[in-house]
Amino acid sequence: MRTTGIQELLKSRSLLFCDGAWGTIFQFAGLKPGESCELWNRDQRKKVLEVAQSYVDLGVDMIETNSFRGNGITLAGIGLENDAVELNRLAAEISREAAGDKCLVLGSVGPTGKILMMGDVSENEMYDTFAEQVHALEQGGADAICIETMSALDEAELAVKAAVENTDLEVVCTFTFVKTMSGDYKTVMGITPAQMAEKLLSAGASIIGTNCGYGMEAMIPIVKAFRDFDSNIPLLVQANAGIPKIEDGKTVFPETPDEMAGHVPDLIDAGVSIIGGCCGTTPDHITAIMNKAKVYHTANS
Amino acid sequence: MTDLNKLNESIISGDLNTSVQITKEALAEKTDPQEIIQKYMITAMDVIGGKFERNEVFVPELLMAARAMKGSLELLRPLLAASGIEPQGRVIIGTVKGDLHDIGKNLVASMLEGSGFEVDNMGVDVPSDKIVAAVQSKEIDIVALSALLTTTMPSMRDVIEALKEAGVRDKVKVIIGGPAVTQEFCDQIDADGYSENANGAVSLARKLLAS
Ligand code: B12
Ligand SMILES: [Zn+2]
Repeated sequence: MRTTGIQELLKSRSLLFCDGAWGTIFQFAGLKPGESCELWNRDQRKKVLEVAQSYVDLGVDMIETNSFRGNGITLAGIGLENDAVELNRLAAEISREAAGDKCLVLGSVGPTGKILMMGDVSENEMYDTFAEQVHALEQGGADAICIETMSALDEAELAVKAAVENTDLEVVCTFTFVKTMSGDYKTVMGITPAQMAEKLLSAGASIIGTNCGYGMEAMIPIVKAFRDFDSNIPLLVQANAGIPKIEDGKTVFPETPDEMAGHVPDLIDAGVSIIGGCCGTTPDHITAIMNKAKVYHTANS
Repeated sequence: MTDLNKLNESIISGDLNTSVQITKEALAEKTDPQEIIQKYMITAMDVIGGKFERNEVFVPELLMAARAMKGSLELLRPLLAASGIEPQGRVIIGTVKGDLHDIGKNLVASMLEGSGFEVDNMGVDVPSDKIVAAVQSKEIDIVALSALLTTTMPSMRDVIEALKEAGVRDKVKVIIGGPAVTQEFCDQIDADGYSENANGAVSLARKLLAS
């Protein structure tokens, strides 16, 4: 049975699971630096479907789509702006095909890479770009929109509004926070979790959270900061498998599945609602996280 | 007399209109452009760069300051050129092949510019041969490379190898940066120096050209 949505699922279960990385898996599967992941939706459909399927098979509640850099402004940087609608629709179709009725599909929307205050793009252009992308994701079969890895409040707000006003889907939004010298967490644009939550909830997001960053452990204080602001709002956390290093010329993400899973109890205690992974995570990481959470849950109920 | 301390303050607070207006007033009073830059503008960029380094301000504040500084610098530059004053050094800067991140690189470019360097910003996804061609055709002291992805950091080595192959490696100092760059990596690929932030990039550039 295809469920109605994330908030609906959270009424009967306190913890849900999401997929892990796609982009870094493509890199290991031969995606070259600078090559567009999104083009693979058309040219390497099988490989994209395989990644989607590998996460669905774990029994997660939701998977994303291969469309993180699929907005028209970012695609214009590599001359693909006219392909935006098609590439996003395909992204959603591929994830839908893998998910069937087994899990939800979250249409991934990443930042444009432009800073509004610099004046390279206008608010209207940015809004239109996001509107085009979310609409195509909905057409392709997405159940929700996941606006992720954001750091600027104005850009994220435009994206959330574009999703709320141009689709009938639930809207999720996650920010990437960095640790400041004083020990608290802000985005590179200086935004705190509370500032983000306040603005985006009023813009119409129904689920917020944090992704990418510095690994699983660093997500715990961020979740606490969100919870200090709002004790009820559904919170999504997708951590990186640590900060990547270069070893023998290869990119290595240091956190093993067990290491990541080790922080899951604290993350649950802090009040997370949905756990998944970002850069460097694999189906093995998600499996370890799910197992740990289940063991912890049983021990505590 | 114009209070030039206000110029310093307006750059730090990112107030473009005020910084331009004070610069105009100072020039009308025939203040030495060199003095304006050295005493009031470079010090402002040092202050804001330090605040950024200590997470007291973030990317927007640094961008605003850089914009205010640029506004003033545009008024002063023609005068400097006319009086034959040389820049502190000539820099080309770019994000390497395969990498599209440009926020950090642009901050480094602005800080260098604000500190008296002449900067040619080549953008993102810059292939080695373009950099080699620039070094061959222009007078350049420093090649500054940025890479944010561990998968594109090797492209920095490619640039250095290409410079060697073209026989121009010794003509320039190569400085590198990005969140995953370390001193060890810098030594491995035979770059001349690295810095963790835009402020450090300026002192690094000064140090390398002085030696
Ligand atoms: C914004 C951002 C983006 C934007 C870029 C927008 C733009 N116009 O630049 C977008 C959305 C496009 C993007 C895309 C991707 N990104 Co990105 N991105 C970031 C993010 C969140 C912030 C980067 C930033 O601007 N920082 C602020 C600036 C001021 O800091 P900085 O760049 O480090 O620069 C400072 C210093 O490093 C130094 N410096 C920089 N350059 C130089 C040069 C010299 C010469 C010197 C001396 C100093 C110096 O001085 C600067 C100022 O102090 C980081 C995470 C993070 N929090 O760092 C990830 C991050 C860099 N991205 C990452 C990834 C994986 C990607 C993607 C591959 C995602 C994907 N799956 O598609 C793509 C790759 C696109 C490509 N081919 O380049 C990873 C990289 C991991 C890795 N493997 O190394 C990061 C680290 C996130 C993470 N934690 O995993 N990204
Ligand atoms: Zn990530």
